Amino acid sequence: MTLISSVLGTIGAAVMGALAAVGRVVIFALNTVSHLLRPPFYWREFLAALVQIGWLSLPVVGLTALFTGGALALQIYAGGSRFNAEAVVPSIVAIGMVRELGPVLGGLMVAARVASSIAAEIGTMKVTEQIDAMVTLSTDPMKYLTLPRVLAATVSVPLLVAVGDAIGIMGGYMVGTTRLGFNPAVYLQNTADFLETWDVVSGMIKGAAFGFIVALMGCYHGMQSGRGAQGVGAATKSAVVAASVLILAANYLLTEVFFAA
Amino acid sequence: MITLNALEKSFGQNHVLRGVTLQVPKGSSMVIIGGSGTGKSVLLKCILGLVTPDRGTITVAGQDILHAKGPKARSAFLDRFGMLFQGGALFDSLPVWHNVAFRLLRGAQAMPAQKARALAVEKLRRVGLGPDVADRFPAELSGGMQKRVGLARAIATDPEIIFFDEPTAGLDPIMSGVINSLIREIVVEMGATAMTITHDMTSVRAIADDVAMLHDGTIKWCGPVAQIDHSGDAYLDQFIHGRATGPIAAIR
Repeated sequence: MTLISSVLGTIGAAVMGALAAVGRVVIFALNTVSHLLRPPFYWREFLAALVQIGWLSLPVVGLTALFTGGALALQIYAGGSRFNAEAVVPSIVAIGMVRELGPVLGGLMVAARVASSIAAEIGTMKVTEQIDAMVTLSTDPMKYLTLPRVLAATVSVPLLVAVGDAIGIMGGYMVGTTRLGFNPAVYLQNTADFLETWDVVSGMIKGAAFGFIVALMGCYHGMQSGRGAQGVGAATKSAVVAASVLILAANYLLTEVFFAA
Repeated sequence: MITLNALEKSFGQNHVLRGVTLQVPKGSSMVIIGGSGTGKSVLLKCILGLVTPDRGTITVAGQDILHAKGPKARSAFLDRFGMLFQGGALFDSLPVWHNVAFRLLRGAQAMPAQKARALAVEKLRRVGLGPDVADRFPAELSGGMQKRVGLARAIATDPEIIFFDEPTAGLDPIMSGVINSLIREIVVEMGATAMTITHDMTSVRAIADDVAMLHDGTIKWCGPVAQIDHSGDAYLDQFIHGRATGPIAAIR
């Protein structure tokens, strides 16, 4: 009996702890969004975050998309040849990149690059009392640090996804035309014929959601950072892990909403 | 006047403040001394609203600050304060002048950047730093220079109340003397109310009008700095002479 109650107690404590953590993140997110409606808004910090998160992530997202598009073309060609469906390579590459791989891989690459850097920066500011100093200087850290980063990521990641989609399709085109013997004009025509506006838009909506998640996790874990180098390290790790898992979970949910029959 | 009444704060089972009652008269310099981990920094953070006390009241010029509602009231309250943090707490992504002028560039006291920069350079000059420092970043400065920049930031808006958290920690004796003299000069010159927390008895004698000894979560002794050598208080006596034996248990 004691053993059962002990096990149940442990499970209950873990569930309560998890629910409390979810609650804290939701409150943090709502608090962040509420600052959109309450001035002041720090434009300079927003523009700086836009450059850091959007512009400087372009190389890593672009390279990821390029190689993924190429690999996808090879895989679809190899798989499709088993039932004489090699011709679907252009359309499947385009749809696969735009609906799934572009947003998800772009989001994960941004999570690795941006969530870690935001969490480390804000975590270091916390342990060196810079956040406290900001408060004593009558500046709300949620307004000055969190909102500009979250907003910049929500705006810039969809654009990164769109550019990544184009580069990914280009990767498939390069492999398709140089290695798999596709006619360049036919490849492009097939891509255009099978791609619908909603495919692109849905991918960009996913990108916006993933951008929001990435910056929110970076800021949240940075603000919750423990003391010292170990605390900042743990915050950085938690931010990347949480952002990555939430991106994959959100991707499933959004796909269910957008494309479930 | 700053008045703390029966202030209590615990972190889990760690009861840091157990009923702190203290008055700091307007325009005076109060130094709070006490061993590491006795809650001196927590006390300052309670007054600034960075930590919420469990019980007790804090009034500044008769206003109950724990119940000030809304961001505007809070901002107006904080505008009356300046604080020098122990490690400087300078924003390392911003140049020195921007650190000093941080409050002058946003909020109720916002002014054009050029004017804010000129004021920052003037405050840097007041703490003994040349205009060439203004465009450098905090990481490019020595510890003593960072403390001076922190001091310039604390006085940038001529606040009524200034807090100094371990102002000489990590500095050599000569630089400590310079910082102590600067603090004393500036506090007298501005007519500000000052609260300083420190372990450094040289700082205490240089900065204080009054001294309060915090131990075991309460104020053990409070009085004019001239009386600390003849207080007759065993706790204060042990602390100011740095004796290992006495009522304050020393962990070896």
